[in-house]
Amino acid sequence: MQIKDLLCTNGIATTCASRMLAEYIPVYDATAVARLREHGAVLLGKGNMDEFGMGSSTENSAFFPTRNPWDTGRVPGGSSGGSAAAVSAGAAPFALGTDTGGSIRQPASFCGVTGLKPTYGRVSRYGLVAYASSLDQVGPIARDAADCALILQSIAGHDSRDATSLPDAVPDYSAALTGDISGLRLGVPSEYFAEGMDAGVRAAVTAAIDQLAALGAEIREVSLPTTQYALACYYIIAPSECSANLARYDGVKYGYSHQGDGDMWEAMERTRQHGFGPEVKRRIMLGAFALSSGYYDAYYHKAQQVRTLIRQDFAHVFEEVDALAAPVSPVVAFPIGERTDDPVRMYLVDVYTLPVNMAGLPAMSVPCGFSNGLPVGLQLIGPHLSEDRLLNIAHTYQQATEWHRERPGI
Amino acid sequence: MQYETVIGLEVHVQLHTRSKMFCGCPADYQAAEPNTRTCPVCLGLPGALPVINRRAVEYTVLTGLALNCRIPEFTKFDRKNYPYPDLMKGYQISQYDLPLALDGFLEIDGDTQLGLGRRRIGVERVHLEEDVAKLQHFPGEGYSLVDVNRSGVPLMEVVSKPDMRSAEEARQYLTLLHSIVQYLGVSTGNMQDGNFRCDANVSIRPVGSQILGTRTEVKNMNSFRAVYQALEYEVVRQREVIEDGGAVVQETRGWIEEREVTVSQRSKEYAHDYRYFPEPDLPPLRIGPERVAELAAELPEFAPQRSARFQADLALSGYDADLLAGSRSMANYFETTLTLAATAKEVANWMLGDLARLLNQDHREIDASPVTPQRLADLLALVADGTLSTSLAKTVLEEMYATGGEPADIVREQGLGQISDTGAIEAAVAEAIAANPKAVADYISGKDTAARFLMGQVMRLTKGQAQPELALRLVQEGLELQKTRGSLEP
Repeated sequence: MQIKDLLCTNGIATTCASRMLAEYIPVYDATAVARLREHGAVLLGKGNMDEFGMGSSTENSAFFPTRNPWDTGRVPGGSSGGSAAAVSAGAAPFALGTDTGGSIRQPASFCGVTGLKPTYGRVSRYGLVAYASSLDQVGPIARDAADCALILQSIAGHDSRDATSLPDAVPDYSAALTGDISGLRLGVPSEYFAEGMDAGVRAAVTAAIDQLAALGAEIREVSLPTTQYALACYYIIAPSECSANLARYDGVKYGYSHQGDGDMWEAMERTRQHGFGPEVKRRIMLGAFALSSGYYDAYYHKAQQVRTLIRQDFAHVFEEVDALAAPVSPVVAFPIGERTDDPVRMYLVDVYTLPVNMAGLPAMSVPCGFSNGLPVGLQLIGPHLSEDRLLNIAHTYQQATEWHRERPGI
Repeated sequence: MQYETVIGLEVHVQLHTRSKMFCGCPADYQAAEPNTRTCPVCLGLPGALPVINRRAVEYTVLTGLALNCRIPEFTKFDRKNYPYPDLMKGYQISQYDLPLALDGFLEIDGDTQLGLGRRRIGVERVHLEEDVAKLQHFPGEGYSLVDVNRSGVPLMEVVSKPDMRSAEEARQYLTLLHSIVQYLGVSTGNMQDGNFRCDANVSIRPVGSQILGTRTEVKNMNSFRAVYQALEYEVVRQREVIEDGGAVVQETRGWIEEREVTVSQRSKEYAHDYRYFPEPDLPPLRIGPERVAELAAELPEFAPQRSARFQADLALSGYDADLLAGSRSMANYFETTLTLAATAKEVANWMLGDLARLLNQDHREIDASPVTPQRLADLLALVADGTLSTSLAKTVLEEMYATGGEPADIVREQGLGQISDTGAIEAAVAEAIAANPKAVADYISGKDTAARFLMGQVMRLTKGQAQPELALRLVQEGLELQKTRGSLEP
């Protein structure tokens, strides 16, 4: 297995792709890692990523960008770009990624592999270096749904070290792969097929939905009116939590520590100035501002209230349908460097994945075709704790199609 | 111009739980070598997560109930963000707007010198948070040391309303609060060890004004006496500032014990916008009314009530009753001894007199007394049945304390039993009379006090074991006999 470098591995460097932790070696295993080890998994290496999980292209790694195996001039997506690329290139049979705003699903979609973000709390976050505590989740990236089911089986379940982990029993995910989705009510949210989407993406996703209909699903058009607010909501809540989560990196206890003249405060400031990359700094500043006295109510508090509306939107829709089908991203893998000058343009690639994290729901990315030779991912979204249902839909689709078997030419 | 003092107190109480607030590390950091009570969680290592210590929550609710607070059904933790090397995560997990307990009070006697009588001092809130690591500074050396043992120890904060009007009232409030947390067993409440820390907010205003004056925060008071002295000093200082035409600056001031002054600590402090937000790693807590009722049933009888009962039922003086009820262990020891058939006044005298003296010499608490309630009761029984005189009993007590032995054994081994055999004492009386003709002559010529002198000699001759009343009677009889004989002389 390959493990995204945001998860602690005992005795093995865990850098979070940051200069701040370039030489940091944890003294314990993340729970998800420990559980996989217990099941006999062998660690091949740590996966490159966007620094501290912040990014959508892996170009924010402090060390080097990862290249998309399908076109090495393009990004693999992010923040779990290294993990998705490794599975896509055949360097590892599976990887553990993490998803806070789409960081498993989007790179899986860009690299033509299968990825799953579990329900918030389904997999322990103990040992996952925190970015946004109320959004982060650990999940598998593999070649198909059946493999994802196996991996999820090993890592899911309550952990007494994580007070946000769910006590619910873990079902037999592999047994849920019946290959039968007849009668499944599949919702297609209109807001996820907006203008400006890559035509090839639209075509591939639409075809995939038709395929699911042919396999027995009943397709219904639905609406999620709060979709347009999810981006703003995310970019207030996630930076706010991250500004606190990254406060510990001050060079006093571990990690990069700036040495030089000046007092302790100056040393701390220089450590953070040199240790963090620009996107991380951007989000810390955003978050500190959104939480600051006089602004808390207008930004953080408001964003959390909007978040409740987003959650209610999904809950409402899931009274009508059993799952949702949509694109993962409005675009396919873009050239390295294309969006690095425009943070907001970069943020926009995650518009369809972000709402899912806001609601804490499970979702998958399933390879469903190509656009100009680049992979397209179909997103499946389910209600709370419906991983078994999503895995079965993906599995059934993969029994009838070959997209997930395609390999890049490298 | 007459000024009124306004004081509010913030007391941090370290809770006496086995583990830390958010991890399983032992909370007994004081005895341990530096950095041996740590784990990824209290070290704030990347990826570590907090888990709530249930007992700490219960202790805080109990304290809130003891302070007559309301326990809301919904409560949560929040992150208090600020950078400092003793704060491992760069934020402290605390409680902001929905604390565990609210709107309580404590009744104090009041500062009678100000004409203030018994009344309630409001308790704003009681909340729970984690303690920070301990820093050791070496001025001029260019480094400081961090001991993480204390990081994460549960800390309960009790915030009063600014209802106290003098250092005396602050002292009363603090003493009562201290007694309550000790009685509950939620804390050892030791100021010197840092288990019970007090910060004060002090301001003054013209008498009759309803507006609060500018306040200063006073810190670094490490004993009850220091609190009293610091508050007295600060009030005078503020008054002098105003009377000199200046204005009190809102700032933090530290009490300097050696110089008995408060000193401004304003330098190089970063502005504190704590950017509080709900702790996303911990679910909110729902404490239902049933659970609150269960905890309320666990509340013991506190010092004031116990003292009142001692006075009413046992006819003890207010002074004695307060001392005996002062700590839960003292009061328990007292009541246990009473059940072993001794009288209240006697037990009180011995506990507050000789036993207290012995314990204080060793700086021992009554829990650690080698003289158990049973042994004390046995000793008192020996006095009651005449086996021991009071003064001999004191000697026996000292021996009991030193060796942990049983009183009856000590009496027997040392032959200390009171002599009440008349014959034996008469021999000593005869010897004393024969050896002290002047005293005899004094008595015959009318000085009754000579009898006491001779009795003292008899006690000496019998190594203090003669029963004193019997000895005196026999001396007097002997002297009367001398008198008679003398008058019979031609």
